[in-house]
Amino acid sequence: MSPDAINDLSKEAAEAPRPMPTGSAPKLRSTNLNFYYGAYQALHEISLDVYANKVTAFIGPSGCGKSTFLRTLNRMNETIKGTRAEGAVLLDNENILEMEVSHLRRRVGMVFQRPNPFPKSIFDNIAYGPRINGMGKRSEMAERVEGSLRRAALWEEVKDKLHKSAFDLSGGQQQRLCIARALAVDPEVLLLDEPCSALDPIATAKIEELLFHIKSNCTVVIVTHNMQQAARIADNTGFFLMGKLMEFDTAEVIFKTPKVKATEDYITGRFG
Amino acid sequence: MATSATIPQTARPHGRAPFLSRIFSGDSLAQALAFSCATLILALTALLVWELWAHSAVAREKFGFRFLTSTEWNPVTGDFGALPFIYGTVVTSALALLIAVPFGVGAAIFLAELAPPKLSDGMTFLIELLAAVPSVIIGLIGILLLVPLLLTVVPPIKDSFGNHPPFFFSGPFYGPSILAAGVVLAVMIAPFIISVSREVLLAVPKDLREAALALGATRWETTWDVVVPYARRGIMGSIFLALARALGETMAVTMVIGNSPRIVASLLASGNSMASVIASEFSEAIGDVYPSALIELALVLFALTIVLNGAARLLILATGEKGASQ
Amino acid sequence: MKLSFRRKAVNAVMLSLTGVCTVLAVGMLFFILGYLFVEGGFSLSWNFFTKLPVPVGEMGGGMANALVGSAKVLLLASCIGVPIGFLAGVYLAEYAGGSYASTIRFVTDLLNGVPSIVIGIFVYTLVVAKYGFSTYSGGIALGIMMIPIALRSTEEFLKSVPGALREGAMALGATKSQTIATVVIPAAMRGLISGMMLNLARVAGETAPLLFTAFGNQFWSPGWRQPTSTLPVMIYNYAVAPYPDWHRQAWAAGFVLLTMVFLINITARSIVASGSSHKSR
Repeated sequence: MSPDAINDLSKEAAEAPRPMPTGSAPKLRSTNLNFYYGAYQALHEISLDVYANKVTAFIGPSGCGKSTFLRTLNRMNETIKGTRAEGAVLLDNENILEMEVSHLRRRVGMVFQRPNPFPKSIFDNIAYGPRINGMGKRSEMAERVEGSLRRAALWEEVKDKLHKSAFDLSGGQQQRLCIARALAVDPEVLLLDEPCSALDPIATAKIEELLFHIKSNCTVVIVTHNMQQAARIADNTGFFLMGKLMEFDTAEVIFKTPKVKATEDYITGRFG
Repeated sequence: MATSATIPQTARPHGRAPFLSRIFSGDSLAQALAFSCATLILALTALLVWELWAHSAVAREKFGFRFLTSTEWNPVTGDFGALPFIYGTVVTSALALLIAVPFGVGAAIFLAELAPPKLSDGMTFLIELLAAVPSVIIGLIGILLLVPLLLTVVPPIKDSFGNHPPFFFSGPFYGPSILAAGVVLAVMIAPFIISVSREVLLAVPKDLREAALALGATRWETTWDVVVPYARRGIMGSIFLALARALGETMAVTMVIGNSPRIVASLLASGNSMASVIASEFSEAIGDVYPSALIELALVLFALTIVLNGAARLLILATGEKGASQ
Repeated sequence: MKLSFRRKAVNAVMLSLTGVCTVLAVGMLFFILGYLFVEGGFSLSWNFFTKLPVPVGEMGGGMANALVGSAKVLLLASCIGVPIGFLAGVYLAEYAGGSYASTIRFVTDLLNGVPSIVIGIFVYTLVVAKYGFSTYSGGIALGIMMIPIALRSTEEFLKSVPGALREGAMALGATKSQTIATVVIPAAMRGLISGMMLNLARVAGETAPLLFTAFGNQFWSPGWRQPTSTLPVMIYNYAVAPYPDWHRQAWAAGFVLLTMVFLINITARSIVASGSSHKSR
């Protein structure tokens, strides 16, 4: 992209009308969120709503801040030194920036770009979250593990080898294991950071399908660089560019009739 | 059912988190515990320096710098000078290096440049086992095997020189000697030289070798004229490390060096090193000055090994940096 | 241009010489092992493991008290050195940053380089001068020697655990120390155990620090406050004595000590080796 084009876009970004939240109380509401890595400002005045039991997708080119914003939602950014967040993010009207962080992370789970199962058995991977958080009786654990694996569409494939190492699974299976692991603590929100970028199309399709089923009792927020994926599964979509939220609307609007020119340029592939 | 559509409970009504995580969930407690152990190490080292300094005070005040230059070590008159032991330490270490460096670097070259990887790994494993042999066992072999062997081998060599043997091979030979100590030290430090030099050589970038070979150099010329000079600092570092180890080596040296506090130019004479005199005389050191003198020796030894270790690490680091900057 | 004969000859000779050096180095190991086995292995007897030392001239003595003494001293040393080194290693790998961590590492390296006889003198002035020779002072001396190695190996193995595992645990609601205890340490367990074993193997053969702490004892040393005989010190005492019978026992003891040290060493290395072969996926 030429420097002029970038300048034009950033001017547009500065002048674009801020997408304002509407409707009934959302599950997650971010209000004028600014985020800094040291002196560098990575997110500018992000305000958007994530609605319960829907799939919300964030799209945008590399480095636009979508992953940074996602990681703010469960405060994983705090594991990096020198970061700072200003503004408010409300989970059911509680500011997450003031909550006890382990408590928050049990309610808002995360699945990462590369599968990261623990070097334990499949069973112990899933049971880890509930054990750490003191959830459920020991006798119920097997039931809880099965339930999570079913929700992640993995139960049939692993039910006979629950005590084998998680590393024996394929990449796609490992990622579904990580989803099951995150679901095992009954999160209210599940954040997924480009979960399919390391997977083949078949594994990707399986995950997209299970996300569709999960959203009935969980709120899904997914970051993806794959626009087709977002178009397939998202109810609402936000387009990020250079740390700003350019447009946030239903997926139908974003992908068919975007209101902001930058969104349209990105969707039609004028830049990536 | 374990999963539900309603907002789940967040407290811990039924379950108990695993034992270890209950202990460690006091985040600040765990960190404080770990921190105090780390700080304990600092305190321990400081205490060590303090104890050595304090308990050598008597000797330091009595002798001052003369301690390092006087050759008189006389428990009867209470006159103590460390020079014989500094001499013994220096000479035995130098002899050990003289023997171990050519062998060690040679073996390292073979293992890094010539041997096929599996053979190289296997032999390196065995050499690292050699490094694991306790000093007292090397000393055992030294005193019961090496010394009698030297007693049969050295006199004929000495005799072949007739009436005027070279100065380092003169004088009576009873077995336990600087020579024997140098040999056992060489056996003990060679594995370190080999294993560190091998790693340093392996780290030399492949393109260097390929460039030399492409110009028509033989394997040996490539190795000796290109690879080894590149790794020179790291190899020097390994030698320094080996030297630091040699300085502190006690048991094997004590058992074969003959334990006498004199300075004689001949390798065939018996002598003593700083570490070995402490080992052999400390338990019988009575009075105030005698033990204090030995503790001052320990202090000198301590200072020497710090300096050497520091220099060694800097050298090895320097080669690593040079590689990284290419 | 054909290679001159001289250059070819030098090449062949020098390269073979390096091979000779290597064979000599490796041969040294087999020689030591072989000799100990021949001289010591055959001197081993039931008496060696069960009887106390007897005065010179009498037959049938053994080193039972030295074996027990060594075991006690090493046990105490592990209880001191391993926890301190391990926790300090956890601190360096997981919590500390920047200059404090570098300071600790530097000082630990210093401590590691201190000759073992100086450590012995240190513990002597600290403990023995006031309370006399004792088993526990020997344990303290060897324990101090274990700390630096325990710290370095713990730090190295904990740092080798990928950050993604830590992130995964924290995203599930685990606190930092829960993450360390339940994910990081178990993931590094193989390496940690192997490191501790190598550490033990190293101090098991140390003699100098015991000379002025545990000292020695011809008889049994019940409890911890009495001086005790240990295997390495016995080897030393018997080897330098002029009695052939004691030399024989020194060989036997040397064989037992070396076998123990090697067994621990080789086991430790195989633990790490077998782990890495099926880790990569």
